[in-house]
Amino acid sequence: MSEPNKVLATFHVNSEPHECAFAPHKTLLEVLREDLDLCGTKHGCELGECGACTVQIDGTPVLSCLYLGLDAVGKQIRTVEGLANGPTLHPLQDAFADLGAAQCGYCTPGILMAAESLLQANPSPSRDEIKQGLAGNLCRCTGYLKIFEAVELAAARMRGEDAEPSKESIYGS
Amino acid sequence: MLRLPTFTYYRPKTAAEAVRQKLAHGKDAMYVAGGTDLYPNMKRRHQTPLHVISLQDVPGLNTVEVQQDGSVAIGAMCRLSALEVHPHLLLNFGAFAHAVKEISTPLLRNMGTIGGNLLLDTRCTYYDQSHEWRESIDFCMKSKAGSICWVAPGSPRCWAVQSSDTVPVVCAMEAQVELVGPDGTRRIPASELYRDDGIQYLTKRPEELLTRLWLGAPSNWKASYVKLRRRDTFDFPVLGVGACVWTDSYGVVTKANIRLGGAGSYAIPATESEKVLVGQQLTDAVIAAAGEKAMKPARTMDNTDLDVYWRRKVAPVFVARALAACK
Repeated sequence: MSEPNKVLATFHVNSEPHECAFAPHKTLLEVLREDLDLCGTKHGCELGECGACTVQIDGTPVLSCLYLGLDAVGKQIRTVEGLANGPTLHPLQDAFADLGAAQCGYCTPGILMAAESLLQANPSPSRDEIKQGLAGNLCRCTGYLKIFEAVELAAARMRGEDAEPSKESIYGS
Repeated sequence: MLRLPTFTYYRPKTAAEAVRQKLAHGKDAMYVAGGTDLYPNMKRRHQTPLHVISLQDVPGLNTVEVQQDGSVAIGAMCRLSALEVHPHLLLNFGAFAHAVKEISTPLLRNMGTIGGNLLLDTRCTYYDQSHEWRESIDFCMKSKAGSICWVAPGSPRCWAVQSSDTVPVVCAMEAQVELVGPDGTRRIPASELYRDDGIQYLTKRPEELLTRLWLGAPSNWKASYVKLRRRDTFDFPVLGVGACVWTDSYGVVTKANIRLGGAGSYAIPATESEKVLVGQQLTDAVIAAAGEKAMKPARTMDNTDLDVYWRRKVAPVFVARALAACK
């Protein structure tokens, strides 16, 4: 079958309009990476089994690998590129860096987007609520502990607390 | 990249228009709700519809309508993540809300719908694989190109597994579903929507749209759902027991429905277990006795996760846990 004609549409990504022509059967993940050159969002399993491609649509974290680009037109899309405020990292990004919560880093954009949604809805999540909130994101490096600690640290800093990572978190016991 | 095959995409504005489009294109068209079941299947070329009809713009399917008597009509396009926190459902239909929360992951529940979960395709180790994997061992009969069942090579039928978390519990609760077709709307018991076949697992006509799920008014019944899986997230049920028990004012069971999900191609009734309960109070001994009778109907095959014999052996344990939760 020949490739279908491209369609022209405007995507609202990270508060900026992006007009682009794309094949109408493409997923949002493919449009973001291939047509808008926003490669921060990762493709993992592409079947909804890993969470690497998580983005926010109208504030809700979803899997861009199972979301049609066509369906995202007219909605507010937020990707990992939109987390930092200019040169200032998002507190979650800072905390992930401080605690080494990223190793290979492939799952990190998806986890950041899921965690950001969690903290928007619940500024003081318990460890269990963080586990639930990130239950759709696989990480094959860290064993999750540092990720949970980083989300807790970021949450504390976002609440305005003067939080620092514990020595145990950084150096081990 | 695992890419979707090309297709024409429609977003009809009414249910009638959706049905007309499906009728016009027949087998070449498929409905899509949240897309979390269909799109992975399309990427693996299980299904390659030329026309995909999205139901997202059909009005009225996104609401939970609480009736005067406490019963609810749940629109088929309601997101699972909205249902798991719905106050009326949590308060009066806790087993249903719990089953919804047990589905997959929070991200997929933000996308998946209750209609889609009720119509979830059956699954099998030999089917839910990439196109190349399936081609390498030759396609099974659930694929268009195949004719053999790899889990039971002598079998004339497909043994793919019922894998929805909500189906066992809504069948046990005697919920109803609303279907819209070219001849109008009909309402049937949810349990009549399914049949014991891995390929033709639904009784509805292909063009019929599932528009609503009706849960009966809170009354002298209690329901529960208990799920077995390897991980506490992501995984489909390897065994999912839905139970609903009606009692009189003395706590004596007047009726009981027990459905075993993940144990066959439909949510299998544990009829002998139900019989043990009727006329008895839910004591530990009665619950254990009812559980024991659940091993026979659990027709586990070696086509999902975990050991096939162990899965059958634990059916009584899980049925007993589901019944204990109905106390």
